[in-house]
Amino acid sequence: METSSYLYIVIILLPLVAAILAFLWQRFAVFIGITSATVIAVLVATWIGQDLQITNAYYYLGGWHLPLGIALYADGFTATMLVMTALVGLGISIYASAYFKNKNDHSTTGLFWPIWLIMWSALNALFLSADIFNIYVTLELVSLSAVALVALAQNSEANKAALRYLLVGLFGSLCYLLGVGLLYSEYAVLEFSLLSDVITLSPVTLSALALMSAGLIMKAALFPMHFWLPPAHGSAPAPVSAVLSALVVKAAVYLLFRLWFNVFESIVTDYSAQLIGALGAAAVLWGSVQALRAERFKLLVAYSTVAQIGYFFLAIPLVQGAGTAVVAVSGAMYLMLSHALAKAAMFASAGTILHVAGHDRIKDLAGINQCYPVTVFTIAIAGVSLVGLPPSGGFMGKWLLLQAAFTSGQWWWVVILLLGSLLAAGYIFRVIAHAFTHLDELPPAQALDWRMQWPALIIAVLAMILGLLAYPLAELMGVSEVLSNTHRPAVMP
Amino acid sequence: MTSISLYLLTGIVLFVLGAVYLAIHPKLMGKIMAVNIAGSGVFLVFIAAANRVSNEMPDPVPHAMVLTGIVVAVSATAVALAFVSKIATNNESDRSADNGQQH
Repeated sequence: METSSYLYIVIILLPLVAAILAFLWQRFAVFIGITSATVIAVLVATWIGQDLQITNAYYYLGGWHLPLGIALYADGFTATMLVMTALVGLGISIYASAYFKNKNDHSTTGLFWPIWLIMWSALNALFLSADIFNIYVTLELVSLSAVALVALAQNSEANKAALRYLLVGLFGSLCYLLGVGLLYSEYAVLEFSLLSDVITLSPVTLSALALMSAGLIMKAALFPMHFWLPPAHGSAPAPVSAVLSALVVKAAVYLLFRLWFNVFESIVTDYSAQLIGALGAAAVLWGSVQALRAERFKLLVAYSTVAQIGYFFLAIPLVQGAGTAVVAVSGAMYLMLSHALAKAAMFASAGTILHVAGHDRIKDLAGINQCYPVTVFTIAIAGVSLVGLPPSGGFMGKWLLLQAAFTSGQWWWVVILLLGSLLAAGYIFRVIAHAFTHLDELPPAQALDWRMQWPALIIAVLAMILGLLAYPLAELMGVSEVLSNTHRPAVMP
Repeated sequence: MTSISLYLLTGIVLFVLGAVYLAIHPKLMGKIMAVNIAGSGVFLVFIAAANRVSNEMPDPVPHAMVLTGIVVAVSATAVALAFVSKIATNNESDRSADNGQQH
């Protein structure tokens, strides 16, 4: 507890300080970026290692207790998100150090590291905050840095996608902020558990819930608000697409879950939960069909993100069933973790193919496997997790959701889960089939930096073996603790 | 009490106006203005919320939050404007490149 309390601050401030240093000394930006990524990963690992099930602990900034001060809070959900961010962050940092070297464009490389480190700092702060207004600020930091990263692609297509992303993100944040304002005017507290104590069913509270959920749905790109995601994720540089799909979208999903499970849990109705579930189901089907039709590999991966986001939201109606809450939330957290790893590996591989082949048209991928077997193997392994075949993390997540659907008698979600897996298998095998097509006359293979291939493979393998780590992961997530809502912050008299 | 309701209502009307304008306006500059109008509406709701304690002593917390919100809105608007000017320059250079090919 004593050692972990300063870790709260360190993992937020370290990337922020590193970002400033990387901006000031752009020549050493890569070194600063890789070093701080490694240090953050080690810090998170030691923190988790000390006490696998993070004691639900508060940290009060500046020693000011609530309700005046701002509290940081960590439980199993936070810990899972921090581990996810550290794993993907370290892998993609190593990948990016080679990716941007190839681009041979000094200004882009120089800007990638500061912005990416600021984003990492904001993500850590978001996951650790227990204050709904503080979270608004971190949400905006994440959005602004994400938009700036998309624009690093330096072409007009990316600029337009970035501006659209910015406008949707800004409006989403405003909806969320209006919800915060309504809640504060009604209850005068901003901290999760204090709010959940006093919340009652009233028109103002319901409007706040609707506004905050709508804003976060825009940011999470849940169907039908997904329109900005494929162009933004499809046209950004590959390491950026990887962190956007793996981490930034998860931040909004994480926050929505926090609100539905830890703040508004006493007032959410079955109808509203079923509505969110229906949007999730529509996202699964629509995203998968669009991924099947996509002609470019990166766009396919981006549409696959739209589909995978849908699965997370199926947890919301499944939590409402009697006794299925723990199973459903475990399933959603499993899926978030495995999707982050698999999708980061997928986008990194797409970037590698784009780099060596000069294009990412799926039907012209023939022969790629003969030249770059590691990258194609990575795509296959990550694909297994996205489809949800055993023993991948994706399989565990879907299995738990299926179990919750059967137990609570909501059979209609079973259909969606199975149909989604079938469609995912379709779009993944389409890529694999083209990549494995044998060519007798090969174009000359280029020498590839190991960092363009191996970090992605390691991340994909991690997604694959998540299903085998069920026991330690259950300890880490501590889902029943997350849902129990029994931990209360110290309040000033 | 009625004046406070008026402020709250105005804030919400501004927010809705901004939202509608953002959805239907085709031009990027118009969309940026719309987001700012919706933002002002949200800030007005916060300012009105400061009245919740008593009429003599406004609650300072919502005011502090609005200040933070304004800082965020200004910087986000600056980023958006930078994008608009960049897209405009790109379009111009595309157009001149096209003209160059024709001649």
